[in-house]
Amino acid sequence: MSKPSVAIHKFSSCDGCQLALLNLGEPLLQLAELVDILHFAEAGPLDENAKVDIAIVEGSVSTLHDIERLKNIRANSGLLMSIGACATSGGLQALRNMADTQQWIADIYASPDVIDSLDKSTPIKDHVNVDLELWGCPVNQRQILMAIRALLFGVMPVDEHDKVCMECKRQQTVCTMVTKNEPCMGPVTRTGCGALCPSVGRDCYGCYGPAENANTQAMANRLQGLGLVDAEVARRFLFINSGADAFHRQGVLSREKK
Amino acid sequence: MKPSHYFFQTDQLAQLLGELQDRGYICIGPQVRDGAIVYDELHSIKQLPRGVNDAQAPGRYSLKTGVSLKFFDWANGAQAIKPLLFSAREKLWQSRQSADGKLSFETPEPRSKPIAIIAARACDIAAMKIQDQHFLQQTFVDPYYQVRRKNLLIIAVNCARPADTCFCHSSGDGPFVDDGADIVLTELESGFLIEAQSTQGEELLAGLSLQDCTEQQLEEQASIKAGASKQKKQLPKYDIRLRLRHELNNDFWHEIAAKCLSCGNWTSVCPTCFCHSENDVPELDGKSSGHYREWDSCFTQGHSYIHGITIRSETSQRYRQWLTHKFSSWHEQYGRSGCVGCGRCISWCPVGIDVTEMLANFEGRRGV
Repeated sequence: MSKPSVAIHKFSSCDGCQLALLNLGEPLLQLAELVDILHFAEAGPLDENAKVDIAIVEGSVSTLHDIERLKNIRANSGLLMSIGACATSGGLQALRNMADTQQWIADIYASPDVIDSLDKSTPIKDHVNVDLELWGCPVNQRQILMAIRALLFGVMPVDEHDKVCMECKRQQTVCTMVTKNEPCMGPVTRTGCGALCPSVGRDCYGCYGPAENANTQAMANRLQGLGLVDAEVARRFLFINSGADAFHRQGVLSREKK
Repeated sequence: MKPSHYFFQTDQLAQLLGELQDRGYICIGPQVRDGAIVYDELHSIKQLPRGVNDAQAPGRYSLKTGVSLKFFDWANGAQAIKPLLFSAREKLWQSRQSADGKLSFETPEPRSKPIAIIAARACDIAAMKIQDQHFLQQTFVDPYYQVRRKNLLIIAVNCARPADTCFCHSSGDGPFVDDGADIVLTELESGFLIEAQSTQGEELLAGLSLQDCTEQQLEEQASIKAGASKQKKQLPKYDIRLRLRHELNNDFWHEIAAKCLSCGNWTSVCPTCFCHSENDVPELDGKSSGHYREWDSCFTQGHSYIHGITIRSETSQRYRQWLTHKFSSWHEQYGRSGCVGCGRCISWCPVGIDVTEMLANFEGRRGV
């Protein structure tokens, strides 16, 4: 029986999510025995047009060319899994969606005419059908391995969408918001990171995107109660995952509050 | 008749700790970490939060020093006894598939070292008794909880300074420990009164050099109890159990849902909440898999997910589930309310929702 084939594709991103694979160490060798990695530019294998069972897609759609590439990948893949904040919500670069992109390009680049960019940075799911998403900036090794393992078993991985608070409490991490007035985003943020930031005493900044049933309005009210002004509250939501619906709505609401 | 209370000097605390260590106990005691009192391993009495007081309010917990030099002059910390007995995450079984495809299951032997918890509070012990009912006194006994419970020695300390969030006097669970501990201490202005509440406790007391206590010391203890019973918060007086059953369609649940983050902090700090979820962590090779149990909450989506349907998708439904279970249907299951008045759900709620105020909302309503 032939091994399932995998391709890892990159769009607009910092490559950090691919590192969750590259830095696996020994499990990467084990993974290479379980699947055929046909395309993984950062690691070596190059075959952009390979037909695969699983396509792992990092990064956001940022140019017209990206859209064509993505459609081709979708057509060539059995399952498509998008990984990381860029691929799932448009990423940090989606901050430009709320600005005048052409003006930014003119301000930043010496030769703006050579820059080919869409006005908006958008998640993969806006353009093609996505079978599953792993949220996080970046995603971690545990998430990647659990997802691939589940797909190899022929089942969908468990969607980790509870709030970060649940994991904090399991670890007996003392709440940074309650004891230190930190503007922690844990109560509206998706788990999966292992409550990394609160475990070292700092506030969660929402890099895993919105949790299920996130009450962003109550969160915004609480942040105000902690002394944050509207613009600061808005920035808590409009940061790594400004393109994620729940965060986007609340961020814009707080920002435009007069 | 043997006196029930004895006196021992403050500097003998180290003797008590030494005695416990000599008997092979791992001592878990209160200490300051990350701005809160937490129970962690205690090697020396120097780690105890001497002179530390807690200030608690809805959504707020802070520590300050300088009011006294007592060791236990605080109400309670981030967690009760629960994490020591009902583990936040533990493996229930490991499955393996051999080369010929056969599956085998291994259950880890329930194991625990003897642990002595120091400075458990009356509310913590009341909560533990409820968890004992749940894990030990049902048709199926939980072997993991059981072995840890059996190996737990409880050195309680009566509360002298409740926080503004405490209401154990109103729930009937404090501020003093009437039973359920092995040893109970009352911290006086100078020294401690000590009392055994179990055979194990009596044996331990025999190993300490104790003095008879004086009338004056007993009076001081009584006045501490009276003082600690005066608490700012209380449960409303109406029949909560009965009333909540008739309030399932109240608009109140939607009002509270607007404020509630549905984050699960309440249930995680609640010393009686016992809900869990189970999940599998397979090895990459697909040949073996660990099956884990971890704390869950009625505030998560998965808690009410059954066969493709999420029964309680909205916060109003989750909050209602929590409040009506804790204060009403709990009675049918365990013969009492599930609340012991520790106030943790008030202090550790990130948005400071006060359960006593929520319950008071139903007071004076017509119906039933």
